[in-house]
Amino acid sequence: MSNVPQELRYTQSHEWVLAGDDGQVTVGITDHAQELLGDMVFIELPEMGAELDAGDECTVVESVKAASDVYAPVAGTVVAVNEKLVDAPELINEDPYGDGWMFRLQIADPSQLDSLLDASAYEVVESED
Amino acid sequence: MTSNKTPLYQQHIEAGAKIVDFSGWQMPIHYGSQLEEHHVVRQSAGVFDVSHMNVVDLNGSGSKSFLQHLLANDVEKLTVPGKALYSCMLTENGGIIDDLIVYFMNQDWYRVILNAGTHDKDMAWIRQQLQNFTDATLTERPELAMLAIQGPKAIGAFTSLLPADAAAKVSELAVFQACELDDMFVGRTGYTGEDGVEVILAAEAAVDIWQKLMDVGVKPIGLGARDTLRLEAGMALYGLDMDETTSPLVSGLAWTVAWQPETRDFNGRKALETEKQNGPGQRMVGLLLTGKGVLRSHQQVQFADGGNGQITSGSFSPTLARSIALARVPATVKTGDVCEVDIRGRLVPAVVVKYPFVRNGKAVIEIEQV
Repeated sequence: MSNVPQELRYTQSHEWVLAGDDGQVTVGITDHAQELLGDMVFIELPEMGAELDAGDECTVVESVKAASDVYAPVAGTVVAVNEKLVDAPELINEDPYGDGWMFRLQIADPSQLDSLLDASAYEVVESED
Repeated sequence: MTSNKTPLYQQHIEAGAKIVDFSGWQMPIHYGSQLEEHHVVRQSAGVFDVSHMNVVDLNGSGSKSFLQHLLANDVEKLTVPGKALYSCMLTENGGIIDDLIVYFMNQDWYRVILNAGTHDKDMAWIRQQLQNFTDATLTERPELAMLAIQGPKAIGAFTSLLPADAAAKVSELAVFQACELDDMFVGRTGYTGEDGVEVILAAEAAVDIWQKLMDVGVKPIGLGARDTLRLEAGMALYGLDMDETTSPLVSGLAWTVAWQPETRDFNGRKALETEKQNGPGQRMVGLLLTGKGVLRSHQQVQFADGGNGQITSGSFSPTLARSIALARVPATVKTGDVCEVDIRGRLVPAVVVKYPFVRNGKAVIEIEQV
């Protein structure tokens, strides 16, 4: 069974979101998603400073098997990207909720977070996959 | 779609396989990590369940002349019992119906191994072609399982399970040569660019050998790694690198067409001769991505002179830690030419290289050249 940490929020498209106190959120893909995609070999991260709308395709991850888009879970400005992944995309497989984080957004409207899934709702999404 | 399982399905589940549908077969794509499995085959020994492949026997004194008509390569080359030949089976237009391996066992017996995904059309075609021949009988052998044991340590591991005389027989096999043991057919062939054997045997014996291979440390390898291994080895895959709309001449398979003797009238010969005379407009080349990303099937390739082509199969090469591909490009393209590949809207630089990319665990292209 894949790992679904209780403290995170999730999307239908398998991103996780960690909300900080500073109006910033950290985004990555779930354990379930990395398992489905298999060994990661390439990532194209968003540009720093990019203004994203919720649902924008902003990152591409490629596993040995296939390319896959990662979507912005909420609207915001890219304030950090995990450059480590460029040379070590396998971190996404090894530690999807830790060293495998992808980017951080400064969000204008924290109420957007309410529309995301909680852990138990995401477990249902997973089980239907 | 029907859902077939091989005799080893339960073994796959027990080994933690992720199962996917492959041409109607429930097959293991990997057992955890496709990359690790790839490296195991390059460095040690792995076993693939390829029981979904289509094993057929042709018996009778007319088998040889039938195969000489059916295949673009010439079974006349096979004189030593057990010797194998790779060939395409063509339409009258020279398109590839399937690629296959044919083993010459004796004057009255050839064994042919075809792809699983093309089973129905292959069988329909062969049966239709057979109507014009006598003394050749086709028998499908779906009851037989097939294992590919591949890697530098594969033959050592496999022969350690056999009685001494059988082990000696297998160890002495020449490349592309098969022998019959008491209860199995063993050929020194494969689809990985490594040494190894392919073993055809009854279902129960396959389960037994599989378990014994696990016990001596041979790892199960999924179809995912099979694809990256064959791509590194520069081996074409039916359905991606070739199909009924492409001839062997534009699929990097001209070497498999036996033009001599001129009197041999095989299916597709006239079309191929015309294509050869006119000069095929395209050829198959290897590509090494010099920019960042991963090459995939169907991506467009653009050359500086305006010529363009298409990637037929591409992936990340675990051995080279770079992305590689086979691509069908204008015939004027040469090794060393640079191009740009359209990867999801980005134009990424690549260079034309000779393939295979990897053989026997080693890179055979020079990464430094780029």
